[in-house]
Formats: sequence, C-alpha cells, structure tokens
Amino acid sequence: MSETTETTKRTKNVRWVEPPKIGFMEALYLPAIAQGISTTVKHLLAGKSMTRQYPEVEPEIPPNYRGVHRLNRDEKGRVKCVACFLCQTACPANCITIEATGTSKDDPNWNDRDKYPASFVIDELRCIYCGMCEEACPVDAIELTSIYDLTGMTREQMIFDKEKLLSVYDETVGSGNDPVRTKRGVLSPASEKAPESAGAPLPPGRGQLGG
Amino acid sequence: MGTVFVNDVEIECGPQDNLILAARKAGVEIPHYCWHPDLSVVASCRMCLVEVGEKKPDGTVVMQPRLIPGCQTLAKPGTVIRTDSDKVKASQAQTLEYLLLNHPLDCSICDQAGECYLQDYTFKFGNAHSRLQEPKVQREDKYHIGEQIALFTDRCVMCTRCVRFTREISGTSELHVISRGSVEEIEVFPDQPCNNKLAGNVVDLCPVGALCSKDFLYKKRVWWLKSQDSVCNLCSTGCSVHVDQNENKLYRLRPRENDQAQGSFMCDEGRFGWKYIHRDARLLAPRLGRLSHAPASANEHAHAANGNGNGHAPTALSAALPVDMPTDLATLDPWPAALEATRTAIVQAMGKDGHKFVAIFSPMMTIEEAYMLAKFLRSGSVKPTLALGPVPVIGEDDRYPKNHRGEAPALEATKFTIAAEKCPNRRGVEMVLKHFQGELISFDKVLERVERGDVTGAYVVGGYTYPETGYDQQAMTALSKLPTLIVQDLLRSPLTEAATILLASSSFAEREGTFINQAGLAQLIRAAIRPLGECRADGRLLFELAGRKGVFNSAAIRREMATEIFSLSALGSGELGPLGTFITKQPQPATV
Ligand code: SF4
Ligand code: SF4
Ligand code: FES
Repeated sequence: MSETTETTKRTKNVRWVEPPKIGFMEALYLPAIAQGISTTVKHLLAGKSMTRQYPEVEPEIPPNYRGVHRLNRDEKGRVKCVACFLCQTACPANCITIEATGTSKDDPNWNDRDKYPASFVIDELRCIYCGMCEEACPVDAIELTSIYDLTGMTREQMIFDKEKLLSVYDETVGSGNDPVRTKRGVLSPASEKAPESAGAPLPPGRGQLGG
Repeated sequence: MGTVFVNDVEIECGPQDNLILAARKAGVEIPHYCWHPDLSVVASCRMCLVEVGEKKPDGTVVMQPRLIPGCQTLAKPGTVIRTDSDKVKASQAQTLEYLLLNHPLDCSICDQAGECYLQDYTFKFGNAHSRLQEPKVQREDKYHIGEQIALFTDRCVMCTRCVRFTREISGTSELHVISRGSVEEIEVFPDQPCNNKLAGNVVDLCPVGALCSKDFLYKKRVWWLKSQDSVCNLCSTGCSVHVDQNENKLYRLRPRENDQAQGSFMCDEGRFGWKYIHRDARLLAPRLGRLSHAPASANEHAHAANGNGNGHAPTALSAALPVDMPTDLATLDPWPAALEATRTAIVQAMGKDGHKFVAIFSPMMTIEEAYMLAKFLRSGSVKPTLALGPVPVIGEDDRYPKNHRGEAPALEATKFTIAAEKCPNRRGVEMVLKHFQGELISFDKVLERVERGDVTGAYVVGGYTYPETGYDQQAMTALSKLPTLIVQDLLRSPLTEAATILLASSSFAEREGTFINQAGLAQLIRAAIRPLGECRADGRLLFELAGRKGVFNSAAIRREMATEIFSLSALGSGELGPLGTFITKQPQPATV
C-alpha cells in the first residue's frame, strides 16, 4: 500500500524531459569533428604542453594532502605516541593495531612518561586515507604526509610497523612539506609538561581559558 | 515507605534510602564520588549537593536555603529534592572545577578513561575549561601501594573510598591519607603494602583512574571490552562477576553487585584466578588412545591429537574400536568420532551390570552438565556407579573484616567470606547425584574400589582449576591403570595423559549453566568467549554425547530437571534472573 503512495508521489515530483531531436547537421557529425580538431590545433600552436611529465616532474602536493602516515618524535627523539588507542578507535578501516606498554621508572630516558606503544602497525593497503587518526590523536603523534606514491613488492611490505613509520617522519620532517597540523605547534597536556610558572605564556592556539 | 518529590516527580522510597537512592528511583542521577552503598558516609566530596525541602501537609513547600549533601541525608516522607536548579548546577560545576584543578588531564594514557566518573560528570555537569593559570601540583606515581595496585597520585580526588574499604570491609587498614589540603595523598605505611586478599576491590571502588590494577594496566582500553555476566568459579561463595573480554581473550574479572550472593566485592583469588584459561596447559582437542609417555611441552598437545609421535598403546578400548576410526582427529571436526568412540567405550566397559563402571562427577560442573551426564549413564538397563570427585577444601572460610590482630569477625559481623571450599557447585552436583542414585558416594570409596581392582572403566570429569586441588597423585595413579579411562578435563595432567579417551572441555568463561553456591543460591554462568581451539563447552559436549536432539540450551535443561528432581523444583521456570534464585524458600545467610 505504502508502495503505491510512494510511486504516485514520485511520479508527481518527476519532470520528464525528452531528448532534443537530432537535426541533419548534427547527424553528419562533421561540425563536431571540425570543432574538436580546431581545439586540438589551438593547443598545439599555443606551444604550451598540458601533459604532466610524471614521474620525471613530480606534482606539487598541498600540505593538507592525506598520504602515507608518519609517527612523530617528541623532543627527546622518542616516539611521541602515548598509546592511547584513539586513532585505532577512530579508524573506520580497522587498519591500525597498537600494543601498549608501560615505561620503566628506572629508565632515565623514559621515566617522564607512563605509556608508549610497544608496537604500532598500520596496514597501508587497508587504510582509506581518511585522516580520522590524525584528527583523533590528542598529541599530534600520527600524521598523514604528502607522500602519495606508495608502492611495494608484496603485501607484507605495505604493512608499516613503528620503525618504518618513524623513518617516514625522519624523512619528511623539515622537508618543507610537513603536514599543516605540525605547524600548529599545539600539544595536549598528555605530551607536554605543564607551564613551569604562572608567567609562562599560554601555548599558542589555546583560548584565554587554557584547556 | 513514604513519598518524596524529585524534581516534581513523585516517587516511593525505602526507609533507608538517602537522597541519592531516592532520586535514582525517580530516574534522576545525583553525581557522587565519596558515597558508596557498602561503605560508611563521609560526605567529603561535595559532589552530591542538592536543594532539599519539605512538603508540608497543607501542600506548601519549604526549601532549605543551603545545599545539602544527598549522600548523608535520609529521604523522609514529604522530602522535596531539586537537582536541576541553577544553584545546584552551579555547585556541581564548581565542585568539578576544584576537583580538576590539579588533575593532570591525562585521559589519553589513563586506564580508567571510558569508565571514569571524572570524565562522565565533567561531561554532564562540569565546564569545558579550567581557569587555573598557576602550575599544577605534580606528584609521583606510587607503584608500591600493593602487589596488584598502582596509585597515580595526581588523578586522585580524595574521596577516601579506598581507605574506608580497607578499614571497613577488609579490616586490614593498609591505606590512609597523609598531609592536608592540596597536597593530601593516599599512602601506605612503609613496607606494609596493601596486599590483602580483597585488595583488588579498591581499584573498582576508585571512581577515577588513581588506583589501577597492575595486572590490567595498559592491556586494553576499556571501550573495547565486551562484558558478560557470570559467576566466579573459584570458591563456593559464588561471587557474581562481569567477565570482560575482547576478541575471544579474557582481560579481567570485575565483581557484579549482588546482595543475594556476595555483595559488591570479590576476592583477588577470583579476580586474577582466571589465567589458566589462556595457559599453555589447556587441552585444545579431544584425543583417542592413551599417550605412552608425557609430551615434552604443552604445545605438543595439538600434535598428540594428531596422532604423530606419541603412539596409542594397545588398550582394551583402542583394540576394540572399529579399524576405520579416524585417528587424525585434528583435520576434521574431531568431535563426532570422539563422542561415538566414547559411547562405544562406555557400553563395552559397563558390560552386563554396569557395576564395574564408575562415573566421577566434579564439583566444578554445572548442574545441567551433571544432570545430562547422570541421566545419560543411568538411562539404560545397566546402572553404573555415580560418585562425586574430590571436593577441594583449603584451610577454613576466610571471613572479613579482620580486626587489628588479623582475626576474623563474629559470624553476624561478617561482610565478606572467601569460602574454604574451592569449587562452585558441590551442592548442586550432590543434589543431582542423590536424585539419580539415592545416596551420595564419596570419592574415597570409589578410589578404594579402583585400587582393589573392582573397577574396569571410569568416566572422570575434571575441570579443577587450582593446581593443588582435584585428583591427587594417588588417585591419578590408581585411575591411570584402568583399561577404560574417559577423561573430560581442560588442563593437562598425568590423568589426561593416561586417558584412553580425552574430551577437551572448557572453563567457566566458555560455558553456560548453573552453579549453586554454599548458601543455596542458583546463579547462571554465561559464555563470555568461544571455546578455545577444538575444545568444547561441557554443556554441548554432554548434550551431544547423550545423543539429545537440537542445541544445548541451559534453560531448557533446567526446566526438564525441575520437573524431575524435587529439590531443584525452584528452577522450574528455567530463568534464574540476573541475581539468581534460591533453591530453598528460606534464603540462608550467605556465610556458613
Ligand atoms: S591517537 Fe596518537 S597518541 Fe593515541 S595511539 Fe594514536 S598515534 Fe598514539
Ligand atoms: S585513590 Fe581513588 S578511591 Fe582512593 S581516595 Fe583517591 S580517588 Fe578515592
Ligand atoms: S557523595 Fe555526598 S559528599 Fe561525596
């Protein structure tokens, strides 16, 4: 019953358009061919090639492009990720797998942090490059770089572990094409020490009320 | 016991209800940190402040000018509670702002995130911003609080629930508050960590991420965990629990509030005692034929089932099996063949009068499993002997709160009991056995018969999970000599090695059924994870062994039992409810 009402409604709202009848000149197709050739010739004579000379000339990629991930390092060169699993939670493609571990309080290199990823694996083949992970990350540890030409000989090669992701950071950091988010320079309390004194300036980007 | 008005909603409340409970009945949440139904009231966190007044008999309402802590105030007939006025909302937001002043806001690395009352209340009642301009007080984490407990000091909201727990429930008083004001901290005395047998509860009690379980720390974010209501199987108190799992792996057990069973808490033995489920010693597949020698490692079990290496000794059973019996059980579904072999072996071993065949039931079984096995074995014209396996008892019932000398309290003052009987269902299995046999045959009697050579075959159910309980060396040696030995168990032991047929069964987290605790409370255990490997949930195993048609459903079996076994007739509806059902009308006190 609802079916019929649906149909009626649909027919009511639909405006039927007939295709225009084809005339004699159009049926010859010659004017259209001539028009096409003239366009080709125009470009030919203009002397400016429209062809992208890829891969000899690489395209310019905007810094907000979402390509291969990188795992950033903190000021001590350690992985910045705090293993909060928010990116793994946010990822709609389920391509991030993290194993967390606590730090040792006796390790001078780590005793100022509580938790970090023992293993951090992204399946770059499964990833849909939506950027949800970097948006979820509270410490800006994971970012999508502008590397777009990702290739590999096997599927295994496309599964990036922590070391590989850190090496992507090492390669891309300061290359002038850091992701836009890096330039924001704002980190959450989880990765940064609280300001030492009352006079310390607010971190940039924070509201007057802090956060 | 009287009508109270919660935000203009009229509601009946009980005589002992405080304003939090009364409001809860009206579906209104009064946020609170320090109050807990099982602990004394200190009214220190001030999160529960509400406007309170009284409705006079003539209908006029007189509100008190100040805000009143809801946890400390009993609801009386005519009490008027307002939780949604601007005054209350402002107070809640201010309280939260204070609590968060020095809080590190490290939710991203905090294990509590996702089940944290600071997060929840801030979201519902707080502000999104902090106005603090000064540096926060930063404090050291304390990993020395207890063997299982870590304190992340700067996350603490000083509700003192943990302190009151160790004073009032465990009675061991390890935790206390040092210093005052913004440098107040929870601490233990030097070299006296909080290691009592109930210590793990302070982690659940802590409303924020200050006290964390070292065992669970950083293992899993809580929002990945799926929880199943079940019952702990490590002692006959039968604590109601939540079993938290993810991707078929158990991560933790948490107590489930159930005043009919244990209250709000559970002991650490139960809390951490499930590790055997994922241990290497788990048997992962059924096996036909006795192993001639013990495999070198637990991993060899799969191979052993495969029939490579450890050959079958020519026992009476395997000699009698049809020649085309597939021994390569690991490749196909091994169960139809294993169950068929079991049935054949039982019939052969029972012979004419069944006298020489014994079935040894374990108090770790559910009543449904015991019933199905007993019914199956006693259904024919030959009647084998049914006996109860060893009932593990370790020491004496451990009752809390302890006094300052560590002595147990008087019976009436007991708030928590760790039972000495380290099995969940002796009572239930005994009832089933008594019904089928008229009398209860103890394990000692059977063992004596086995040693005399009066028995030629046995169906032995294990499932004991404490390594030191269950079948001891003497029993295993005696049973291992039997020509037919069918063992249904989940952990590798000399007994399972000697089995001529091994039926790999499951832990309580993989099964469904009913345990009856020492007070006579029948509670449902539910499968939280799928049986590991090729092992099978005992209920299904016995259902199929008995050749029943359909799919194992514990409620259907309960209904069947209730009509047959008079002492279990209280289970007639098949449903036990979330808190369980007493099998006798008069509930006995939870302690014995
Ligand atoms: S969201 Fe960021 S900090 Fe959290 S696990 Fe992912 S990369 Fe690490
Ligand atoms: S550690 Fe937890 S339970 Fe103990 S006082 Fe602090 S917040 Fe409360
Ligand atoms: S719950 Fe009432 S003051 Fe803490």
